[in-house]
Amino acid sequence: MSAYTAPLKDMKFVLNELAGLADVAKLPGYQEATPDTVDAILEEASKFATEILDPINYSGDQEGSVWKDGAVATPRGFKHAYQQYVAGGWGSLPFEAQWGGQGLPKLVATAVEEMLTSSNMSFSLCPLLTQGAIHALELCGAEALKKTYLGKMIEGSWTGTMNLTEPQAGSDLALVRTRAVREGDHYRISGQKIFITYGEHDLAENIVHLVLARTPEAPEGVKGISLFLVPKFLPKPDGTPGERNAARCASIEHKLGIHASPTAVMVFDNAVGYLVGEENKGLSYMFVMMNAARFSVGLEGVAIAERAFQRALAYARERLQGKDLVEGASTVPIIRHPDVRRMLMLMKSQTEAMRALAYVVAAAMDFAQKVEDKNQRQKHQAFVDLMIPVVKGWSSETGIEIASLGVQVHGGMGFIEETGAAQHLRDARITTIYEGTTGIQAGDLVGRKIARDSGATAKALVTELKRFDAELARSKNPDIQAMRPVLAAGTAAVADCVDYIVANAGKDVRGVFAGAVPFLKLMGIVAGGWQMARAALAAEKLLSGDSNFYQAKIKTARFFAEHVLVQAPGLRDTVVKGGAGVMALSDEQFLAS
Amino acid sequence: MKVLVAVKRVVDFNVKVRVKADGSGVETANVKMSMNPFDEIALEEAVRLKEAGAASEIVAVSCGVAACQETLRTALAIGADRAILVQTDAELQPLAVAKLLKSIALKEAPRLVIMGKQAIDDDSNQTGQMLAALLGWSQATFASKVKMDKDSAEVTREVDGGLDTISVRLPAVVTTDLRLNEPRYVTLPNIMKAKKKPFETLTPEALGVDVKPRLATLKVVEPAKRKAGIKVADARALVDKLRNEAKVI
Repeated sequence: MSAYTAPLKDMKFVLNELAGLADVAKLPGYQEATPDTVDAILEEASKFATEILDPINYSGDQEGSVWKDGAVATPRGFKHAYQQYVAGGWGSLPFEAQWGGQGLPKLVATAVEEMLTSSNMSFSLCPLLTQGAIHALELCGAEALKKTYLGKMIEGSWTGTMNLTEPQAGSDLALVRTRAVREGDHYRISGQKIFITYGEHDLAENIVHLVLARTPEAPEGVKGISLFLVPKFLPKPDGTPGERNAARCASIEHKLGIHASPTAVMVFDNAVGYLVGEENKGLSYMFVMMNAARFSVGLEGVAIAERAFQRALAYARERLQGKDLVEGASTVPIIRHPDVRRMLMLMKSQTEAMRALAYVVAAAMDFAQKVEDKNQRQKHQAFVDLMIPVVKGWSSETGIEIASLGVQVHGGMGFIEETGAAQHLRDARITTIYEGTTGIQAGDLVGRKIARDSGATAKALVTELKRFDAELARSKNPDIQAMRPVLAAGTAAVADCVDYIVANAGKDVRGVFAGAVPFLKLMGIVAGGWQMARAALAAEKLLSGDSNFYQAKIKTARFFAEHVLVQAPGLRDTVVKGGAGVMALSDEQFLAS
Repeated sequence: MKVLVAVKRVVDFNVKVRVKADGSGVETANVKMSMNPFDEIALEEAVRLKEAGAASEIVAVSCGVAACQETLRTALAIGADRAILVQTDAELQPLAVAKLLKSIALKEAPRLVIMGKQAIDDDSNQTGQMLAALLGWSQATFASKVKMDKDSAEVTREVDGGLDTISVRLPAVVTTDLRLNEPRYVTLPNIMKAKKKPFETLTPEALGVDVKPRLATLKVVEPAKRKAGIKVADARALVDKLRNEAKVI
């Protein structure tokens, strides 16, 4: 089975040429992120991913985490890997120095996160959830809570979880029923939570649960939800884990994928909890983190796509089957067959496009945080807000398609677990569901991100794309010239859809929402096509360097334009005209056959 | 006790090495480069000596092009206290490197110089021995175990016949074999700290060392491709082929 190799060349190319690492490193507080340091970080993170995490990915999937008497044993090797993760200080990468963090940009953290996820998605979820919890505490927690918990969580000796979902409250958190009753300086938490990633495990000495619950006087609905911190072990005055809290794992789920990641049912039985921030503001705190979490899931799409591509490529180069269509004499590796190549190119080009878009959005998050000028900050934040549902929705949906192509390249062997191709498809399958389904992302995109500001941010993107067309026009490269009209048609498709959404969000909201997912896909491929065209321009200037890499980049960008971006006008028609068709049948007519 | 560790920047061990089209050498453009794995072991040993209290300062040295800075940054991240780069674009052969290291060693006056027994690019296995000779210091090559005393070191060497344990007087040059230790993973905080450690750049001219190559490379070629196998009819045919075609018996 082929090993994971971090695509460091492409990562560095995207960081430097597309996402503007040099500019990010000029932002206040990010001066440490110089090219040589970032190179060293990526290099060492890739060793960790390839040598520690990748070898326990398949075995972790086969063994899965096991629940017994309230305790969860992670698969063989996970504990050792987690110790190495902590020893390497990887969890501290994006956090403030005050709490033991390294204070590096989101952009750098993104590249490292991609490697951890590619090599072992199940493992990567533990750090991911911990980072989310740290982020929430950093932003909203009282000083005393930060002092007790942040240092431990950033160093990784304690992990974090997010307890949102309950059996009756999935996408609709207004239905949360877990109770929190005040008792002196703390609260007593009671209720059941489900789908809690790493809610219980044997990797760390303590687990810090962030739990959504209601106080007795809280108003109904989402305005009555508060956020609580509930540790597995209550810290003693010296900061070490003490008494066991009544937060217990009742069972773990049997899932389609991410088998090594324990998904816990948590029961809080009068457990001690501490309020994070103010009462009844829990959901707004959640929304602060939601962007980061959704972005990370989009990045999981990129990461799994990359891994699936590498595996398929290795197989296609080795598997001898059939004769070359032209040369014909001897049996050839299947990579020589045009359709296998087409699949590999679909995998490669879309993965690179998704990576480019994700990293560009990560850089925008850094600018939105740190640029001095307030107007600039707002501009970057608006772009981030617009693109988060696109990165999440498009990259996760495409990640599944790519993992599925990975199975297809393997032929019959892809359907057999031992090649490892199937695992990627099973692992990827959750990404379009958790942290908000694709439908939820698309609704967010057309409703909050476009209709609410009358399309202003989306139109600014269209303007930028039109300006960029002039840049493309200056290139003499025939491949780049071939991309240009396709991107222009994609831009026009986005512009038409934005006009349609703004005009109809009031009078035909059902029609608009019926086309929301096709529109999200359209946004993804146009934004991805834009980044690939930028990549081609950058590569054209660098051709005298690593010419194989840069030539391949230009050809891959052209492939993306002609095989993926070209779908944009069709999607536009679906969005603009297809709404009525979605809603055409009555509920009864669904049963009429 | 000060320890000097020499590290070389080489083509990464995962890279499939290719010969340049003109046969002048091995292709290194756009190829991933890393620290020579044997030198990584040498550095790891120095860091362990420091952690055990047997060494007080670790100085990493590399000789070569400006990009050797990266290799030295890695050395600093692994645990060297400071770094010296002897920067030159000239082709460096083992004797030149040994002379450069000699001048650094005389300046720095370490009690111990550690380096890999060979570099995985040219596999020369000469620099350590030449350095010891030039300095007139003791040498212990192919170390698989190093135990430090006040004025001496007990070194277990991997030799053809098995293990050979010797005691050498300090200062000494030790070259490391594969089984001496297993190098650690570099941690993120140490990568960040490495940026702030002292870094000195010198030149062969400033050190007064003539690095002109003494050997000329005439031609570099790839090994001949392996031919497809054949089935022989019987043992006699096999013996015949071994004797007359392969000429091995």
